[in-house]
Amino acid sequence: MPFCKNIMQETHMSATSRTDSVTPEHGAPAGVPHLDVDPFSTEFFEEPHPIHEALREAGPVVWLDKWGVYGVARYAEVHAVLNDPMTFCSSRGVGLSDFAKEKAWRPQSIILEADPPAHTRTRAVLNQVLSATAMKPLRSHFTALAEAKTDELLARGSFDAIADLAEAYPLSVFPDALGLKQEGRENLLPYASLVFNAFGPPNQLRQEAIERSAPHQAYVAAQCQRENLAPGGFGACIHARADAGDITHEEAPLLVRSLLSAGLDTTVYGIGAAVYCLARFPDQLAKLRSDPTLARNAFEEAIRFESPVQTFFRTTTREVELSGHRIGEGEKVLMFLGAANRDPRRWENPDRYDITRRTSGHVGFGSGIHMCVGQLVARLEGEVMLAAIARKVGRIEISGPVKRRYNNTLRGLESLPITISPA
Amino acid sequence: MPSITFVHPDGRAQRVEASNGESAMQAATRQDVSGILAECGGNAMCATCHVYVDENWLARLPAIGDDEDALLDGAAAERQANSRLSCQIKLGAELDGLVLRLPERQT
Ligand code: HEM
Ligand code: FES
Repeated sequence: MPFCKNIMQETHMSATSRTDSVTPEHGAPAGVPHLDVDPFSTEFFEEPHPIHEALREAGPVVWLDKWGVYGVARYAEVHAVLNDPMTFCSSRGVGLSDFAKEKAWRPQSIILEADPPAHTRTRAVLNQVLSATAMKPLRSHFTALAEAKTDELLARGSFDAIADLAEAYPLSVFPDALGLKQEGRENLLPYASLVFNAFGPPNQLRQEAIERSAPHQAYVAAQCQRENLAPGGFGACIHARADAGDITHEEAPLLVRSLLSAGLDTTVYGIGAAVYCLARFPDQLAKLRSDPTLARNAFEEAIRFESPVQTFFRTTTREVELSGHRIGEGEKVLMFLGAANRDPRRWENPDRYDITRRTSGHVGFGSGIHMCVGQLVARLEGEVMLAAIARKVGRIEISGPVKRRYNNTLRGLESLPITISPA
Repeated sequence: MPSITFVHPDGRAQRVEASNGESAMQAATRQDVSGILAECGGNAMCATCHVYVDENWLARLPAIGDDEDALLDGAAAERQANSRLSCQIKLGAELDGLVLRLPERQT
């Protein structure tokens, strides 16, 4: 376990909110319900759903005393904020830190942490490199490795679904697709964990991650260079777009870095979420087995249900009214994607994992112009892995203690011991 | 407010009220038109919002973009001369009455 148990200060959580007009601790704006909850605490990571509910029910816009930021947890407001990027911008950072006031911990991302028109140009490049057209040639190889992995795990019977499946499978396909060298790949997961912890507040998770970051940062910086990327991979494709003049040769390595940051750990958490769902809900596994073509939607529903990426921030570029509340310029707004994905105002039986649900519109991959550019890679991995399970695995049983992993942005498990048997 | 019609593969017509500036894909997903999957949410990456544009309307749509063109080649259902991605069709008053036919499959 990379993180010890009592990593954070005692946080006092109350599920009730107050709307008193007295300005409390961190200056809650008058009339905005404020809550004394810390969405970056171990208590929250262990059991976010009751707190998500409290946040949603408190009002369309809330104030989080602990960090002095606005929050939105209902689907309608999360969707609205995501789809108004000129008012709720990304260029001041999508974490708590405001780049207008504080230096970013690493050179700012030129896609995730950019606004139009700058974002439009870099996004167009990754859009092409990672489009449905680019996925076609990968499918048969990704499928073959998912099937081989499933056979290997069936032969073992009992194993840890996180290390041996959710991590092992993406590690067997994604770094090769990107074109990375073999050496140094052990830096990939720690680097991603760092990136996603760094979006959080200056708590122990973030501080420790940054303190230990130097070797991982050095590794990543080197791998983004053209000479370290195999021809034909996503990385080489990005550099080729610099030759074509769509981006500069200085920008290409930074776009490769985006894939190194966001392309691996996210799918580890996504596949982990899907396997955890199938292990907990045998009726859904049975349904999937009877119709393996449901695999893609079963993965998508796991993304809605668990929301592996839980939160992102925006910063207001002007004074704006959101659902009746006036928010000033330069305010951080925390979007609870996981809460929006279970908002009963939007979803029927939101707390049910249902692989036949019409999932479109969920915000697990975001929405609007920043909506995950790697979503087709994620879906390809998720779909072929679940399809292999659907065809080959008869039963999945949780056979040991389930342990949660703590990260400021990502929700998932540290350990999921399971036993599987063949179909 | 333009209103557009989606024709399902079985011939059933579904009329949808759209707001100005919305894409045909957005109007469809907002009103649960089943034949539009729109996995990528309108980012022109997935080609799961494929439609066949009624011949009478084809000339009135803006020209096809390069990304859209490449994606349509890989669409799940057969590409035809009138194939478009509905997320790239922005609706305005001039497209009031637009008719779009849905393909057999999107994946
Ligand atoms: C299940 C897996 C994944 C989940 C849940 C996920 C989630 C997200 C979310 C919520 C956003 C929106 C960020 C925002 O609005 O500020 C995003 C953006 C992004 N994702 Fe993913 N992601 C996943 C997989 C991937 C993969 C596989 C890649 C790369 C191959 C990737 C690369 C990116 C990049 C570069 C962005 C920034 C896009 C932009 O700003 O235009 N992601 N992702
Ligand atoms: S919604 Fe993905 S290409 Fe139109």
